[in-house]
Amino acid sequence: MTSSTGRTATASTPSAAGGSPAAAGPMHVVQMLTPDGRRVDHEEDPALAAHAATLTAEDLRGMYRDMALARRVDVEATALQRQGELGLWASLLGQEAAQVGSARATLPQDRLFPTYREHAVAMVRGVDPAQVLSLFRGVDRGGWDVEATGLSPYALVIGSQTLHATGYAMGVQRDGAVGTGDPARDACVLAYFGDGASSQGDVNEAFVFATAYQAPVVFVCQNNQWAISVPAERQTRVPIAQRASGFGFPGVRVDGNDVVACYAVVRAAAERARAGEGPTLVEAFTYRMGAHTTSDDPGRYRPSVEVEQWRARDPLTRLEAHLRRDHGADDAFFADVAREGDTAASRLRRAVLEMPDPEPGSMFDHAYAAEHPQVEEERAWYAAYLAGLDGEEGRTA
Amino acid sequence: MSEGTGTGDGGRGPERVTMARALNLGLRAAMEREPKVLVMGEDIGALGGVFRVTEGLAKDFGEERVVDTPLAEAGIVGTAIGLAMRGYRPVCEIQFDGFVFPAYDQIVTQLAKMTHRSRGTLTMPVVIRIPYGGGIGAVEHHSESPEALFAHHTGLRCVSPSNAVDAYWMIQQAIASPDPVIFFEPKRHYWDKAELHASAEPYPLHRARVVRPGTDVTVVAYGPTVPLALRAADAAAEEGRSLEVVDLRSISPLDLAPVEESVRRTGRCVVAHEAPVFLGLGAEVAARVTERCFYSLEAPVLRVGGFSVPYPAARLEEEYLPDADRLLEAVDRVLDT
Repeated sequence: MTSSTGRTATASTPSAAGGSPAAAGPMHVVQMLTPDGRRVDHEEDPALAAHAATLTAEDLRGMYRDMALARRVDVEATALQRQGELGLWASLLGQEAAQVGSARATLPQDRLFPTYREHAVAMVRGVDPAQVLSLFRGVDRGGWDVEATGLSPYALVIGSQTLHATGYAMGVQRDGAVGTGDPARDACVLAYFGDGASSQGDVNEAFVFATAYQAPVVFVCQNNQWAISVPAERQTRVPIAQRASGFGFPGVRVDGNDVVACYAVVRAAAERARAGEGPTLVEAFTYRMGAHTTSDDPGRYRPSVEVEQWRARDPLTRLEAHLRRDHGADDAFFADVAREGDTAASRLRRAVLEMPDPEPGSMFDHAYAAEHPQVEEERAWYAAYLAGLDGEEGRTA
Repeated sequence: MSEGTGTGDGGRGPERVTMARALNLGLRAAMEREPKVLVMGEDIGALGGVFRVTEGLAKDFGEERVVDTPLAEAGIVGTAIGLAMRGYRPVCEIQFDGFVFPAYDQIVTQLAKMTHRSRGTLTMPVVIRIPYGGGIGAVEHHSESPEALFAHHTGLRCVSPSNAVDAYWMIQQAIASPDPVIFFEPKRHYWDKAELHASAEPYPLHRARVVRPGTDVTVVAYGPTVPLALRAADAAAEEGRSLEVVDLRSISPLDLAPVEESVRRTGRCVVAHEAPVFLGLGAEVAARVTERCFYSLEAPVLRVGGFSVPYPAARLEEEYLPDADRLLEAVDRVLDT
């Protein structure tokens, strides 16, 4: 790792187009990699600098690999949707650093509560992307093992999961898995949400509960500037991170396209939570480079010049420049990663195309944990109905 | 957990207890039996709840298990979901029926669907206690009967005890359920007493029960309309009419077997609840009884309940609520057909 400029990055992040300066800043932004890939230290908070300093060249390459694979998977998923193989896709393009940096700051015993865009988080936690795409193909609601991966199901109702995260964290407290000093035991919870969700009552209630009980939860807000078509300044007149102070816990704004800073800030917040020191709000200031989902048309509401401004701050380009400049990563490394991405993408495509449609009767499964006579009556009726259709010339309905 | 041990009576004989006290004893028994059971809600700690159902629990079980929450219903249910994910069995108290709606989204879109969403890997053993119904002269939002709104959502179980003995057992059975249970407590009957035999064998949670046998008309009721139906049956008996009263006890799932068996004998059926008749539970009961007992019916199934108006001011609530006279008027109509 090379020279620090000796200066801490300041709020140089451009505001969203037409945005009020209030929502975009001024607020201190933690940055450790400049957009052109220079490593800068963080002098004001030695803990952050120390966390960043733990990242070896191998770690940084691993982060790049995670981000590149997630982006390649994202491209493949978008293509699959365009080809009619997925009903919908929510692209994470542009948010790879915020997701990989934060997820890599977690430990196996931590629990993460994602939204429907946290594909890179899922991959870092060991979820096979095919299990994410099964949700978007309409085969199921997401097929991963929550306990094994520590990743809750994707939340589709904006902000709802922040309360679940807080409640889970209250359970962690009751289990005595906070503040013991045992790194294998102490756990924390990450609650992902976005700038739009910050307006939801659930999120604000989660802040209230988390602070009232000093629950070990890290609120990770990826402020990607747009809630579908509505800019962040319609959600807030102050930086989102600043809201935490009104609830009585720390808030930090981090350059969300800087994977090193995202890692360091979330790791510090996670360690604080695990130590029993309560919640933190991390606002990862980033940008949704693509559409909200494949059903969206951002050309109707945001200027392309804004997208181009953010393209210059691309999280992968930035890390690539840093790896080439300071860690000797060469063309062969990046070609390897690209090849690995292509392999993952074709494996994913094959897995999606081979996904069998679920059995009709399976919709009755797990409606309840214990048998429910109403469901069983309808299951039996529908099975008999389908059996009665056998031998007929197809169905008219 | 639903078996009859640790009933909180210390092995003493039967005692006459109010429904509020029976619920308190049931909560205690569940908490003594299972350390993962938590009670949470507004004012449930030092105060013991506005109806005193949780009285003394904070003192005996501590604030980690008897959790006074911030004043936020979505927060109560949303954090209960997270606690359930961590292996806890939260029992949430919603202070009054009309205050459940801030939590409705969490209940309907999250609590009810999490088991299905996770293909059975996440279960939601969460109980939401709601004091419901009218008759206490309360201000607005304190007298409503929203049970049909919850029963309509798959993933939730909904029950309502009509008496202290059922309340004692049903709260323990609800806590033992691996599914979320919306537990409707008929608040006007919190202070009604009954003799509790804590060593008795509990009746299954989701089973309806004939609470008064009769031969002329089947009256279907649950929660607060069960005592009403029993009073009506007494009055009818004086006129030589024999009403059979079925206490549904469970709203989802509905156990209509005793109702159907009864209607096949009586040929006549009246359903009573405090909730508005339109799209209420009575509509479901009438449809099913008609489907299954059509050739036994001597008259259309009639419904008695609240009107299609917002719950009125207290001085009008006895006009709004079904009473014995309104129930007997319906009985007359099915008998006169």
